[in-house]
Amino acid sequence: MISARGLRKSFGDFEAVKGIDVDVRKGEAFGFLGPNGAGKSSTMRMIAAVSPVSGGELRILGMDPATDGPAIRGRLGVCPQEDTLDNELNVFDNLYIYGRYFGIDRATCRQRAEELLEFAQITDKAKAKVEDLSGGMKRRLTIARSLINRPDLLLLDEPTTGLDPQARHVLWDQLFRLKQAGVTLVITTHYMDEAEQLCDRLVVMDKGVIAAEGSPRELIDAHSTREVAELRFGVGEHEALAAKVEDLGERVEVLPDRLLVYSDHGEDVVTAVIERGLQPVATLVRRSTLEDVFLRLTGRSLAD
Amino acid sequence: MALIQTIPAPLTPAAATKVLVLRNYVVYRGAWKLFITGFLEPVFYLFSIGIGVGQLIDTFEFHGEAIPYAEFVAPAMLATSAFNGALLDSTYNVFFKLKYEKLYDQMLATPLSTGDIARGEITWGLMRGSVYSAAFLVVMAVMGLTDSWWALLALPATVLIAFAFSAVCMAVTTWMKSWQDFDKITLAQMPLFLFSATFFPVEVFGDGVLRWVVEATPLYRGVVLCRELTTGVVTWESAVSVVYLVAMGVAGLLVVRRRLDALLLT
Repeated sequence: MISARGLRKSFGDFEAVKGIDVDVRKGEAFGFLGPNGAGKSSTMRMIAAVSPVSGGELRILGMDPATDGPAIRGRLGVCPQEDTLDNELNVFDNLYIYGRYFGIDRATCRQRAEELLEFAQITDKAKAKVEDLSGGMKRRLTIARSLINRPDLLLLDEPTTGLDPQARHVLWDQLFRLKQAGVTLVITTHYMDEAEQLCDRLVVMDKGVIAAEGSPRELIDAHSTREVAELRFGVGEHEALAAKVEDLGERVEVLPDRLLVYSDHGEDVVTAVIERGLQPVATLVRRSTLEDVFLRLTGRSLAD
Repeated sequence: MALIQTIPAPLTPAAATKVLVLRNYVVYRGAWKLFITGFLEPVFYLFSIGIGVGQLIDTFEFHGEAIPYAEFVAPAMLATSAFNGALLDSTYNVFFKLKYEKLYDQMLATPLSTGDIARGEITWGLMRGSVYSAAFLVVMAVMGLTDSWWALLALPATVLIAFAFSAVCMAVTTWMKSWQDFDKITLAQMPLFLFSATFFPVEVFGDGVLRWVVEATPLYRGVVLCRELTTGVVTWESAVSVVYLVAMGVAGLLVVRRRLDALLLT
């Protein structure tokens, strides 16, 4: 579906994407994970065929975005980071008119708009103004709108940023259903739980390059231990105490508010820490997540 | 949801323009009252100055023919109505869509191109200006202010005026940074309206440079073209005006397209 080789994007002197190789296969959910400014959105805009490629090669659905932009966009669904809905039109017309932009005939547009209102669970809001919708509803409408042309490839740029937990789960459920219906999904996110939930395969991006690539499980296995022991001490003590627990795990990560000790047996680490007479305020043993992978690869947390 | 692979037929430039006009039509369908003010303004000027002030003036010479003052002012207001209508949409509304609504970004996520957007928006501005003019032309005809069957051609002439201003104003708007910049539009709009031989003949400016400047301004070309048509005194100057306005519109359209490329396809 997508194939990029040495793909670059620069804005003047600033290089946002510094030569990445990506392959997205049909029917999979592919993720771009990384902090703000990693180059995810720039990559997405190039894939959406609205941003000229600065260097390297990019093929989308077998076509070249430089020459076949309209043809590519006709088969894409794009859900941008901000809800760029048409506030001058009501909810139904947002879907209907958008469909007409694709050259879809009136009757089909009307029928699909009604189906999609149902899919987004906003049928009762059909005649409402966009500004009267809640954040979650706007997001669902944006996603519904991106499906009006029954896309082969759906691009979602940070689909759940700014949504409350309940709205996120509704959205995830809908994205699952789309995937099951055979739509290829490309998702950017800086939430590792979202990436773990949704993505079959992902790349971790940092400062315009790909730091790692694989399924969430593969990445965790390759770059982290099975478990993590989180140790919380008093404010400002973490840096100094790190040396005292260093030998207990494969690796120790110092965060401002806690120490992370990486080990396949987290409980043993906690027991050993207490045996040494150290008194953590709180301890937690958990499985490794993509956040740990990210910390390992970039030395920074995703939230930065 | 059934997912059948349907690839819609690509939109031709004409079809794309039509869809964009449809979008604007749907927006204004419920807000027709907004159209009334744009129509009434030149009507008020016609009544107050053309007819009111006209009482104090005998007849008037235009291209060697004596005509009542109201017949002199009316075609100028006709051209102005097209000018105002086109200006309204292609400045404030375009700026709002471009900077705040990000409407064109939405459109560019579909098969539509910047050329389609330029054509669609300019066509809409042109249509809005033309509707005002058509209504005004009816008022003129009812009041007996048209002297000739040439007046029928005043309608396509106003379409041309609306096209030229719609295109150039939209092009200028793409350089606007904030709402304050629109003061500059008002600053250009007022003198164009007052000094384009709207209320007094261009001969008043004498034979110097000033007259040449006025004759080279776009609204003057539109006013004179309308006046020649409604009074039935068509001269070679009419052709000059037509070519001038067409060239201005086409230039504006090309600039708009390039600017949208630069602003949105980054």
